[in-house]
Amino acid sequence: MLGRHYLTKIVRGLLTIWIIVTFTFIALNLSGDPVDALVGDQASPEVIAHYREKFGLDRPLWQQYLAYLGSIAQGDFGLSLSDQQPAVSLIAAALPHTLRLGLLAFSVGLLLGIGLGIVAALNRNRPIDRFVMSFAVLGFSLPNFFLGILLILLFSLHWRLLPSSGDATIWHLILPAVTLGTHFAGTFARFTRSAMLEVLNKQYVVAARAKGVPRPRRVLWHALPNAAIPIITIIGLKLGDLVAGSIIVETVFAVPGVGRLLVNAVTSRDFALVQAILIMVSITMILANLAVDVIYTLIDPRMRAARAES
Amino acid sequence: MTGMTIAEPGEGKNTLLAVEDLTVGFRTARGYADVLHAVSFRVEQGRTTCVVGESGSGKSVTCQAILGLVPRNGRRTGGRILFAGMDLAAADEATLERIRGRGIGMVFQDPLGSLNPLHTVGAQLRETLRLHTDLSELQRQKRALDLLAMVGIPEPEQRLASYVHQFSGGMAQRIMIAMALACEPQLLIADEPTTALDVTIQAQILDLLNRLKAELGMAILFITHDLGVVAEMADTVVVMRHGRVVETGPAARVLSAPEAPYTQTLLAAMPRLDVAAPVYRQRSAR
Repeated sequence: MLGRHYLTKIVRGLLTIWIIVTFTFIALNLSGDPVDALVGDQASPEVIAHYREKFGLDRPLWQQYLAYLGSIAQGDFGLSLSDQQPAVSLIAAALPHTLRLGLLAFSVGLLLGIGLGIVAALNRNRPIDRFVMSFAVLGFSLPNFFLGILLILLFSLHWRLLPSSGDATIWHLILPAVTLGTHFAGTFARFTRSAMLEVLNKQYVVAARAKGVPRPRRVLWHALPNAAIPIITIIGLKLGDLVAGSIIVETVFAVPGVGRLLVNAVTSRDFALVQAILIMVSITMILANLAVDVIYTLIDPRMRAARAES
Repeated sequence: MTGMTIAEPGEGKNTLLAVEDLTVGFRTARGYADVLHAVSFRVEQGRTTCVVGESGSGKSVTCQAILGLVPRNGRRTGGRILFAGMDLAAADEATLERIRGRGIGMVFQDPLGSLNPLHTVGAQLRETLRLHTDLSELQRQKRALDLLAMVGIPEPEQRLASYVHQFSGGMAQRIMIAMALACEPQLLIADEPTTALDVTIQAQILDLLNRLKAELGMAILFITHDLGVVAEMADTVVVMRHGRVVETGPAARVLSAPEAPYTQTLLAAMPRLDVAAPVYRQRSAR
């Protein structure tokens, strides 16, 4: 049944979240005492003890762990250690910035990457293919911080065309979105090219040509949907990179988003906030995977049939 | 045997397709090579012409060339392909797109691979009709139903909404035939259409093609390496080897009294029920 297929997926997703929560709990506890980072090394033992008690850090580790799991299950991710606000509301304030930048960058990457990939596939081994593929390799191998700083040097400092920090207007978003989008475009172009090359040689594309289907329709109606399965798989995986990429790009361009929040939380050992962000990221990834799975079945009737049987 | 009275190719005035001195070459990793050397033959209106030959003899490239479907590393370097008063070899892509599926329909060896797995069979049938006719959406749907009924597919309504993975090879080939004939072309090119099918299904498809040929009055250019199929289908036979036409003639004559040594060998290589061993003894004694 289709319902059971997705139920399994959701249960597996919850399991993944639990593993992530446990793992970060252990890793953060191994990395040192958060109160040290909070009060500094000049603090008196009384102050330290006060904070330890306040955050429940004086209890045995397993009690802390169970209490934490319990409150997470109720949707309570705790207070940020550094500014005493609920972790969730800090994330909620930063999330729109990340979403706006991320969606824009991802759209740039998708349109540019898939478009270039198709062009390259249709012109295989011709100069235009080589040019596009060189761009793609450059795009996905240039580190984000390097490309970001390069763009700031050129467009903000040298030509003074675009602002280099913040995200107040659409003009502010151009450079960070291009930085992050170029990386995605490179990856998507390579995958689209190889998927299209494989599909363009299929018998049904030849058969479509033999019955008089013009090339644009052959490419978009006959070939592209068949090439979409591997492309969508990569898109799902790259959503994870969106978070990783935004950490760097938000730092370079001083965008007050989740990525920068995470960097600050880690450096100040803000236990609750790091946990909450990681859980949010893993939920995003799980939802992305679920969405990819649903899209598969929308595209491919064979998968629909297989899912219905299993 | 039919086709006894057919004139030698080149003499008939009902010529539908004339391939003249067609030369096609391919650019490969080891340099440029001609795979067709001045191939010439004719297809008469309403008749079946079988092109027969071993693998690599150039049968498939010949029919690809007729529709301008030669792969990108191939090129026609000489000759003409005259169809309905037009030289297809010199035609541009837009002209060819109007001929493909409308003047000339084509079916392939692998029917399950020839249908797009992600679109319904009905959508692909209607696509052909939309490309070449002015029928409304409703009329296209009705025509698609009629076509499936014509090729003997039960429950056509339900079948139009099905995908290729829900069909057997024989059923898929019937659909390919329906699609190729959707716009009632004057010529059907069938490139080994039964090679991938079971023997019983093969016989059904051959019967279907013969029946439709009679009903619609089209000509068939049938590519095969199976002389049994040639005997079943052909009015005229074109024997090819190494990219050259070795022998052409009425089927009855070529099959009973082959002139070219290669045709004789080809016929001798066919297993026969009445003459068992000698054929092989003769060959191995050489």
